[in-house]
Amino acid sequence: MRVFGLIFKNTLRHKLRTALTILGIGVAILLLGLVRTFIAAWYSGVSQSAPDRLVTTSKINITFTLPISQKEKIERIPGVKQVAHGTWFGGIYKDPKNFFAQFAFEDAGMFHLYPEFIVDSATMHAWETQRNAVIVGVETMTRFGWKVGDIVRLQGTIYPGDWDFLIVGTYTGRTETTDDSQFIFRWDYIEQRMEKEWPARAGEVGWWVVKIDDPARSAAISKAIDAEFDNSADETKTQTEAAFQQSFVAMSGTIIISLQVISILVVGIILLVAANTMAMTARERLSEYAVMKTLGFSGGHLFGLIGGESMLIAFLGGVVGIAAIFPVAHGISIALRAFFPVFPIEAKTLIIAAFSALGCGIVAAVFPVTRAVRMRIVDGLRRVG
Amino acid sequence: MASALVDVRGVSKTYHRDKVEIPVLRNLSLEVPEAEFVALMGPSGSGKTTLLNLIAGIDRPDSGQVLVAGTELGTLGESDLAKWRSRHIGFIFQFYNLLPVLTAFGNVELPLLLTKLSGSERRKHVETALDLVGLKDRMHHYPRQLSGGQEQRVAIARAIVTDPTVIVADEPTGDLDRQSAAEILDLLAQLNQTYKKTIVMVTHDPRAAERAHVQRHLEKGELA
Repeated sequence: MRVFGLIFKNTLRHKLRTALTILGIGVAILLLGLVRTFIAAWYSGVSQSAPDRLVTTSKINITFTLPISQKEKIERIPGVKQVAHGTWFGGIYKDPKNFFAQFAFEDAGMFHLYPEFIVDSATMHAWETQRNAVIVGVETMTRFGWKVGDIVRLQGTIYPGDWDFLIVGTYTGRTETTDDSQFIFRWDYIEQRMEKEWPARAGEVGWWVVKIDDPARSAAISKAIDAEFDNSADETKTQTEAAFQQSFVAMSGTIIISLQVISILVVGIILLVAANTMAMTARERLSEYAVMKTLGFSGGHLFGLIGGESMLIAFLGGVVGIAAIFPVAHGISIALRAFFPVFPIEAKTLIIAAFSALGCGIVAAVFPVTRAVRMRIVDGLRRVG
Repeated sequence: MASALVDVRGVSKTYHRDKVEIPVLRNLSLEVPEAEFVALMGPSGSGKTTLLNLIAGIDRPDSGQVLVAGTELGTLGESDLAKWRSRHIGFIFQFYNLLPVLTAFGNVELPLLLTKLSGSERRKHVETALDLVGLKDRMHHYPRQLSGGQEQRVAIARAIVTDPTVIVADEPTGDLDRQSAAEILDLLAQLNQTYKKTIVMVTHDPRAAERAHVQRHLEKGELA
C-alpha cells in the first residue's frame, strides 16, 4: 500500500458524496467549456480572417450600399491585387426562422478571394453560365434536404419580390472551422431585376473585398482607399477583414462580457463545490490526521494526502466535464447552426477547462491542508488527561 | 536501577481555555528506566495523559525538559520531532484509532511507509507484528470487521511494527470488556518481558496497573 492507495481509498470513502462532487465539478466544467465555445463561435469570423484581405464598407454603416463605380478607383491604388464585391441579400426561405446567410457575389473572382471555400470546376462553370445559379454550403443543403438541381424560392426583404435560385452545386470548407452554411449567388441576378423594377437601386453593392500584396501595408492601403472617396457622396471605411469581423463582435460586446463573467463565476462554483467537499472531509478526519502525525507523518505528507484527494476528485470531475463538452456542444451546434454555423471546441477551451478543474482542486485543498498541518496533535485527538 | 530511558525533568504545562488558565503539570519529574513497565494512574484531569503526550513528543511543556533515549525533545523542530516519533515511539490509543479505509495489514503497515523498507520487507514486518498479536489470519479484515479487542491488538501491532524505543499507551483497556482487556494486558506484559520493550501506560484501572512493574500516581499535576 502506497500513499496513493490511501488517497484512492479515502476518495471512495463516501462514494455518494464523492460522486456528487465529481458530478458537480463535471457540470461546472461542461458549462465553462460551453461558455468558452460560445465565445469562440462569436469570434470564429475573426479567427478565420485572412491578413491580406481588406473590407471596404460605407463610412456611415454596413447597411448603406456603395456604387459599383468605385471598383476601378480601388483597383488603381498601389498595393491592391484584386477587388470584388459582395452584397447581403437577407431573403426568407418559407419562414423567418429558417435563417441562413445569403450573399450576392460579383463573379467567380470572389471565390478566388476566399480559397477556404472549395468549389469544383464543374460547379463553378455552371454558376458562371446560369444567372440565377446558387452555390450552397453543405451544411445548409443538409439542413433543408436540398439537392443539386432544386429550385429554391426566397422572399426578398431588402430586395422585394420572390426570387428563384437554381442550385448548381455545393461548396465545402477547407477546414472544420470554415462556415459551410452560406448561400452564394450572382450579383447580376438581382442587378438585372433592380434595373427593371427599382432603377434607383441599380449599380449598388454591399461592400468591397480587397486583396492586397503586402499585409504589412494594410493600414496604408486602407487609408489610401478611404482617401480616394473622401468628400464624395459615398465615403468609405476600409479595415482589415479581422477588424471588420471584430466590429460585428463588438456589437455583441455586452453579451460577450457577460459570458466571460459567467465563465469566471463557473470557475468560482467549481472551487466552492470542491472546497466544500474537502472542508467537510478534513473536518471529519482531523482525529485521523492527528493519529498520522503521532505516527510521524509530517505536514508535507498530509498536504499530499489531502491535496491528492482534492486533485483526484477535481481531475475526475474535469474528465467528466470535458468528455461531456463534445456531445453537448455538437447538439447545440445542430440546434443553433443558423446562428452559429461554426461552433468550434478549441484546444484552448479544453486546456482552460482542465486547468480550471485542477487549479480548483489545488485551491480547495489549501484550507483543509492548512488546518490539518497547523492542528496540534493533542487537539486532534481531543483528549486531555 | 538502570539508567533512565525516559527522563522528565521539572516539566510544567498549563492549558488556556479562553481566558482561564488550567495548570495541568507542575514541576513534575519522572524517570523510566529501559525495559521498565510503568503505569501512570490518577483521577481525570490529574495530567497523566498530558505527561504521556510530552513523553511521546506530541505536545511540548511550558517549562522543563523531556529526554528520551538521550534526545532532548525540546531541541527538535516539528519536522524533526515527527521523524523522531516515527523511529522511537509506538503509541497505543484508548479508542484504537485505526484508519477505517485500511485493512489490519494496511493499518500496521502505515508507520512503515515512512521508512525506506521495500514492499516485501514491509510485508514481512507487518506479518511478524500481526503474528505476535495473534491476528495474522485477520490481516485482510477491515476495522469494522474486528471486535474491539482485535482492533486494539491491531493498534498494538501498529505501535510495535517499527520496533520503537518506547511504547506509550493511553488507557489501552479503557474501551474494552474485561476479557479483552486482560488479553491486551497480557500482550503488553509479554512485550515487556519477552522483548524488553519499555512501556509507559496511563490507566484508571487498578487491575491494569497491577500488571506494570511500577505504579505512579498523579494528583493535580504532581506525582503523589
